[in-house]
Amino acid sequence: MKPTRKLIVALVFAGLFVLLVVGATAALMLASEAEAHGAARTPEERIVSLLVLAMAACAVAGWGVVRLHALYVAAPLRMAEELTAAVAHSGLRLAAYDSRELQALGQAANQLLAVREALQSDVAERVRDARASLEEERGRLAALMADLSQSVVVCNLDGRVLLYNQRAKQELSAGADGSNADLLGLGRSIYTVFDRALIEHALERLQQASREQTGAESKKLIGSAQFVTATRAGRLLRAHMSPVLGGDAAHSAQVGALSVTGFVLVLDDVTGSNERHARRDALIQSLIEGGRGPLGSIRAAAEMLSDFSDMPPQQRDRFLDAIRDEAKTLSARFENAAAAFSNDLRERWLLEEILGAELVEVAARRIGERRANESRPLAVKTETVDDDLWLRVDSFGLLQALRYLALRLQDEYEVREVRLSLIRAGQLAQFDLSWLGTFMNNETAMSWLQEPMIIGSESSPLSVIEVMERCNGDIWFQRERVSHRAFFRTILPACEAPTDLPRAIVAADEGDRPEFYDFDLFLWSSSGHELDDRPLAELSYTIFDTETTGLQPSEGDEIIQIGATRIVNRRLLKHECFDQLIDPRRELSRESIGIHGITPELLVGQPAIDSVLPAFHAFCADTVLVGHNAAFDMRFLQLKEKQTGIRFEQPVLDTLLLSAVLHPNQSSHRLEAIAERLGVSVFGRHTALGDAMVTGEVFLKMLPLLAEKGITTLRQAREASQRTYHARLKY
Amino acid sequence: MSKKILIADDEQNIVISIEFLLRREGFDVQVAGDGEEALAKVRGEKPDLVLLDVMMPKMNGFDVCQAVRADPDLSDTRILMLTAKGRDTEVSKGLGLGADGYMTKPFSTKELLAEVRKLLGM
Repeated sequence: MKPTRKLIVALVFAGLFVLLVVGATAALMLASEAEAHGAARTPEERIVSLLVLAMAACAVAGWGVVRLHALYVAAPLRMAEELTAAVAHSGLRLAAYDSRELQALGQAANQLLAVREALQSDVAERVRDARASLEEERGRLAALMADLSQSVVVCNLDGRVLLYNQRAKQELSAGADGSNADLLGLGRSIYTVFDRALIEHALERLQQASREQTGAESKKLIGSAQFVTATRAGRLLRAHMSPVLGGDAAHSAQVGALSVTGFVLVLDDVTGSNERHARRDALIQSLIEGGRGPLGSIRAAAEMLSDFSDMPPQQRDRFLDAIRDEAKTLSARFENAAAAFSNDLRERWLLEEILGAELVEVAARRIGERRANESRPLAVKTETVDDDLWLRVDSFGLLQALRYLALRLQDEYEVREVRLSLIRAGQLAQFDLSWLGTFMNNETAMSWLQEPMIIGSESSPLSVIEVMERCNGDIWFQRERVSHRAFFRTILPACEAPTDLPRAIVAADEGDRPEFYDFDLFLWSSSGHELDDRPLAELSYTIFDTETTGLQPSEGDEIIQIGATRIVNRRLLKHECFDQLIDPRRELSRESIGIHGITPELLVGQPAIDSVLPAFHAFCADTVLVGHNAAFDMRFLQLKEKQTGIRFEQPVLDTLLLSAVLHPNQSSHRLEAIAERLGVSVFGRHTALGDAMVTGEVFLKMLPLLAEKGITTLRQAREASQRTYHARLKY
Repeated sequence: MSKKILIADDEQNIVISIEFLLRREGFDVQVAGDGEEALAKVRGEKPDLVLLDVMMPKMNGFDVCQAVRADPDLSDTRILMLTAKGRDTEVSKGLGLGADGYMTKPFSTKELLAEVRKLLGM
């Protein structure tokens, strides 16, 4: 029944009821009228009929009210209850209702519930899939880590262990007596295994070495730090520390523009190799240093004997005795050296290369750190610092020594300011810790250098002298009366700048996965499907662009630059690039220089196209070529086929044509215009590599849009491209 | 008057050669067998040149050198350090502490003589 008809029926009922009441009243009045004319009724009879009438009216009205209440008050309340239950427990549905309105409402609610359940199960399924894939990745990671011959420990910035491998467990858990002390565990502190100061020092070095390079080539440099330490079981470990980068994790430290959430320690047991090195070194040392004295005596005596042959026999005998004596000493030294080979010697500590200027900077900071209960920290001034000087030192020990000396000066001689300087002196570096005014005597200075370093709560069993010996250096106290300066001068061997500088990672947007590592690659099927029928999203692409001397390949214009990058697993691999200038062996036109900015001088000494194309061909192997207006670039490549014997037979996609497929009504399909439409920021344009990057980003944005149009395979993309108007242009 | 030279070395076998050589060359030669004796003789005898071995008992050559340089009365004393270790940090330390020259064993007696003459301005 329609709602309007229902309204009419209700009105009719209400009218009838009023008519009935009015009718009854009228009947009563007529009855009393008739009574007045004689046909007498007793008052009892009247009351009874009145009562009957009233009861009948009440019954009718009551029935109506109860019915209406059941339909429009009780039923909605019941429905509300059922709905509440259904919200809490999925799978429940609303029952059927008498009233049509509620029936309709109930059905709508049931539909909503069904949609919600479908969504829920969809989400649950996705979560399940994601979890399964995550589990699989973890499994692979675990398998990988278990196979490593090194110990690996991953910690957050608080030093809590997040991940470790079996080898780390074995190596780090052993107690001093070889028993298993079980020191390493998830969530436990790494500081139970390693000295906190050591780790903190390494972290500081890590942060020093990590920075962001801005400018034309913006990239992030991830530093690493190394240190050597001994475990409780007496093994010598070399630790390599590198940072774990995280996007927006709550517990992260900002280093430049990088956010560091933790660190990875890769540990190598170097006890064995170190001991071997140390033994060999000691042998050589003892032979060289121990041999000098006796040899000196023998040589001097021999020279005397030959230069002054006129000497009396007594004198001659003395020289001969000296020679015999020293030769015996020398023989004994050789014997000792040989024997020492089998003895265990003092551990030789591995030293790390550090830029001198960096060491001075850290030293200044370390010395100037405010101590507890200290109102004014020691002032530190940096004087001359050689910027190109590299040192090979145990930087932890060295810094400890410098801080110890400076703080003793402050505590015992009330020195307010110390100065640091670092200069090169031939093959050596000269590091001075100097101050003005108060002097100590040599004996005091000597004792400072020879005592174990203890300052406040910081203590080390080593003395300054021992630390310096470990660094193959030396330290002494000296003063200059004239300038009222005194200093501790440290002499250290200078070394070559290490070739292994911080590795650069690609300046991917914050939050991107690092591109060196992609477990999704495991999901690839390597079986040789025909590329044409494979989904676009699965293929690998080489996105390339060229700069040329002009626009007429058939009239002798040549390629002068090829830039290319790769897309694998729908990610642009910005660090896997091809970027090469090419000598065109002809002149550049002024107009073209205006476009690409490559001047003839830049091309001097660059390889010719004959040697570049084979390399580029190899770079493109097994991928689909993608270019913007690729036909133009392909024409240049094809014209070189005969000359170089290199054929580019890969499938080619053109972002210009794909743009025409996606947005046929747009007037411009220039790369800038497309980039703007798809929200790709354009930078570094008009270098081949820069354009290739933009094209790659554009292409990635196009993939989902193409899928919406039902274009998901390479074949479909190529066919759709060929149908566009632009495809008919030829070069 | 002949120049006075002090040889401070505990290795008798090298001392006899140097002593013999320098006497033959007409120098007034004194010998000290350890660091303390060397310092005492520098103060007492005021030699023109000290041949100072680094590794000596009681007081090493560096300390003797530093003590000599700390004494304004001895500012004319030339010091030629002799070392059996020959590490360049050691050489640098010796020169840093005020030695005038440095020779590493084994050395040729001719070179030693040349160095001695040079330091004495002969």
